[in-house]
Amino acid sequence: MSSSESQQPVAPPVDGAGAASEGAAAAPVTPPWASGPEKPSLAYRFTSSPLVLSVAALIAALVVGGLLIVFTDQRVLTRMNYFFNRPSDTFEAAWKAASSAYVALFEGAIFDPHGEDWTQRIYPLTETLTIATPLIFAGLGVAISFRSGLFNIGAQGQIILGAIVAGYIGFSWHLPVAIHLILVIVGGMLGGAVWGGLVGLLKAKTGAHEVILCIMLNYVALNLVLYVLTTPGFQREGSTNPISPQIDRSAQLPRLFGDSFRLHWGFVLAILAVLLVSWMINRSTVGFRLRAVGSNPEASKTAGINVTAGYIVVMVMAGGLSGMAGVSQISGTEKVLTGDVAASFGFDAITVALLGRSKPWGTFWAGLLYGAFRAGGVAMQTNTGTNINIVLVVQSLIVLFIAAPPLVRAIFRLPDPSKTGRDKKARKASAPKAGAAQ
Amino acid sequence: MKLELRSVTKRFGAFTANDSVDLVVEPGTVHCLLGENGAGKSTLMNVIYGLYEPTEGHILLDGQEKRFAGPGEAMRAGIGMVHQHFMLVPVFTVAENVALGAESTRGTSLDLEQTRRRIREISDRYGFRVDPDAVVEDLPVGVQQRVEIIKALVRDAEILILDEPTAVLTPGETDELLAIMAQLRDDGKSLLFISHKLREVCAVSDEITVIRRGKVVGTVAPTAATTELASMMVGHDVNLTVDKEAPQYGDNTFSVRDLSLVSDTGVTVLDGIDLDVRGGEIVAIAGVQGNGQTEFTETVMGLHPKATGRIVLDGEDLLGMTTKKIIDSGVGFVPEDRTVDGLVGAFSIEENLVLNQFDTKQFSAGPSLRRGAIRSNARKKAAAFDIRMNSVSDHVATLSGGNQQKVVVARELSRPLKLLVASQPTRGVDVGSIEFIHERIVAERDAGTPVVIVSTELDEVYALADRIAVFHHGRLMGIVGPDVPREMLGQMMAGATAEELQANAPQPAVQNTTEGEPA
Repeated sequence: MSSSESQQPVAPPVDGAGAASEGAAAAPVTPPWASGPEKPSLAYRFTSSPLVLSVAALIAALVVGGLLIVFTDQRVLTRMNYFFNRPSDTFEAAWKAASSAYVALFEGAIFDPHGEDWTQRIYPLTETLTIATPLIFAGLGVAISFRSGLFNIGAQGQIILGAIVAGYIGFSWHLPVAIHLILVIVGGMLGGAVWGGLVGLLKAKTGAHEVILCIMLNYVALNLVLYVLTTPGFQREGSTNPISPQIDRSAQLPRLFGDSFRLHWGFVLAILAVLLVSWMINRSTVGFRLRAVGSNPEASKTAGINVTAGYIVVMVMAGGLSGMAGVSQISGTEKVLTGDVAASFGFDAITVALLGRSKPWGTFWAGLLYGAFRAGGVAMQTNTGTNINIVLVVQSLIVLFIAAPPLVRAIFRLPDPSKTGRDKKARKASAPKAGAAQ
Repeated sequence: MKLELRSVTKRFGAFTANDSVDLVVEPGTVHCLLGENGAGKSTLMNVIYGLYEPTEGHILLDGQEKRFAGPGEAMRAGIGMVHQHFMLVPVFTVAENVALGAESTRGTSLDLEQTRRRIREISDRYGFRVDPDAVVEDLPVGVQQRVEIIKALVRDAEILILDEPTAVLTPGETDELLAIMAQLRDDGKSLLFISHKLREVCAVSDEITVIRRGKVVGTVAPTAATTELASMMVGHDVNLTVDKEAPQYGDNTFSVRDLSLVSDTGVTVLDGIDLDVRGGEIVAIAGVQGNGQTEFTETVMGLHPKATGRIVLDGEDLLGMTTKKIIDSGVGFVPEDRTVDGLVGAFSIEENLVLNQFDTKQFSAGPSLRRGAIRSNARKKAAAFDIRMNSVSDHVATLSGGNQQKVVVARELSRPLKLLVASQPTRGVDVGSIEFIHERIVAERDAGTPVVIVSTELDEVYALADRIAVFHHGRLMGIVGPDVPREMLGQMMAGATAEELQANAPQPAVQNTTEGEPA
């Protein structure tokens, strides 16, 4: 036992997270690891802010997307044939193709100046908000499960289950106004919560992986809704079409601005949900547990937090939120149950949550952005003849650029705030300089 | 090859990690860089290895100035580095790992034969006993480290940088490594050795440079007294022993009866442990790592519900309770590995300080956290426990190892305790913080709390213990007094019981050989 000869009570340095600590000498008053530039210049603070980064990502995506639009536009291609005779023709057509496509996107998503009255002009914005509503709900559900370390990709199934329950209560029970709507909401949330909770329960009790459980339960839900729509209880009287009766008026979420707009109170509920989830994650004991389990299950366990119970709780909550997405579809937008009631909201919700960095308000804005693309994409196609696939490509590019900050930083040569002073990362920060020295 | 640093300065923003460091490593010598955690040792190594560019100053190899744009260039210039955390692909064989990054190919297929030959050559020459075809993840840590050294040697490194190489090794492996280092030196290589373990530094170094807060404090010969080195490191005289009075026993007891635990794989990790700890005393559990100490503490904390036996604290059986209940009933626990079990790295310092108390009345009201209370608690704890940080809302991962440990200790010691269980309370902690943490533990004992310390460092065991319990293969080999000779403790840690040893030794071990001197 050689350590018995050691002279000092100096323990072996097992210094896991301390890798970043070496450069950070223990100066007593002003700890250096907090450094960064002493007083960051205004330009630095501006260029390193996340907002600038997002705008830069948007610009990068619009440019690349614009190029795609240009090179798939028939008029541009025709003019390219005589590019060397009159290049201005090509550029003119290219500019026209790209700008008109983007103008159409904007007009379809936010504000249409060609509208005859105010209602028509503002209509696109309300459409954006309508489409964003289920995305925000489901995105929040996905976000909270991400925060607790679960890769919940089962929002699609949870939305469908929420929609089935909400729809059934909506068209087959006939109740007074307020009670009916409340029951629809509660039922829809429960449907989603059960579907999500099932994943949490199975993971907690058997250790099965949540990704597989989610994928399979998505299939089950999808085929379940297709099946129930073939049963008489869900079909319209005298019809065999896979479409349910319309839900009672008493079960519908009231429209927010009258019947000229589809926008309904679900959007307000979605904002409330953002506030609630934001409080839950950051300021409640439940959220503390959930985040602790998400970032270090071992330490959480040692601190007496029941990790497996946490999985169930978070999946129930996530399922409930996704169930609300189903409710807003059934009770607010569609008013009937079809096999396509969830569209691809459950999958888009994953992107929305990722884009929003799993933060409640981030998810909210990401949901709005996605809603805008959805609404504007239709206009882009109908008004300018841009291929719908190109529309989707442009959407995906924007998401891609936003999701890959280092790429955007590299393109626009923006500084990375997380790479100053932290020696662990300074290595990368010094790389460009080193490259230039070569 | 001679390595020379001339007033090398490395700044990160406003923070100077290395402040005009001068250092000369003569060919064929072992030069040790000694310093506390956070003194700037690793930064300096990364500057030499080309990972960082120095802000000012020059690096000279054999008198010629060099500038490295990256580790690749440093390697080609003859500098090799063995990182503290190995840079090996676990599922690759030794040869594949060594070849990685410089693979020789035949057409499109990999030609490992040459690499194998070089590995055998080097292995034979230095007695490494490394099989080029062994898969790395199957190898013991000590051998993996030799693979790292081989990696550097295959690339013809003349200067080897070893970053805290002994941190992960058992005492036996450490001795082997020190022998290998001596051999490499005799072969003409220059070694730059980073450590803060004074014993091995003195054992192997030809020259020692002490660095503190980024500056060179001095260069001394290895014959210097360890107390002198330690005080150079921390900048004041270090109290290497812990001042404590004789224990004042209370009536409260913590007693373990016939505690056994079989692991999921069917191995008996705890075998009929009986242990009593009285209020106001520290019982230190000594033993080589992996002899059941970890499982013992975890079982006390309710993390192994399958254990059998009884764990009674003040008349209450803890076994069968949930971890939460055990914590709430007043058991403080400093886990062995703070980064895994003690802290949530992505959480702020203030959140980590209430990690197991966030739902108590003090820090929550109904479902809502009382953030004001959490913040003021953090400010108080940071001041009381000398946690050096910028803001309590910073992530705990930004702290140095010693300060992270202080966060754990602060959390566990700052509430009324009925029992304190601390596993490796000062592992990876700099000398100054060790002293502080030890004082705190003794203060808890003086407050009448039964204290169980698990440590693989005998110095720590001797410094703290009122009685010493020795574990071997999950069994308690005996409980002895704090004045037991080190040799006897060593024999018990190797599997001899206290009774056997006393029977063999006719006269009782009354001679106090260890406690008086600065252990």
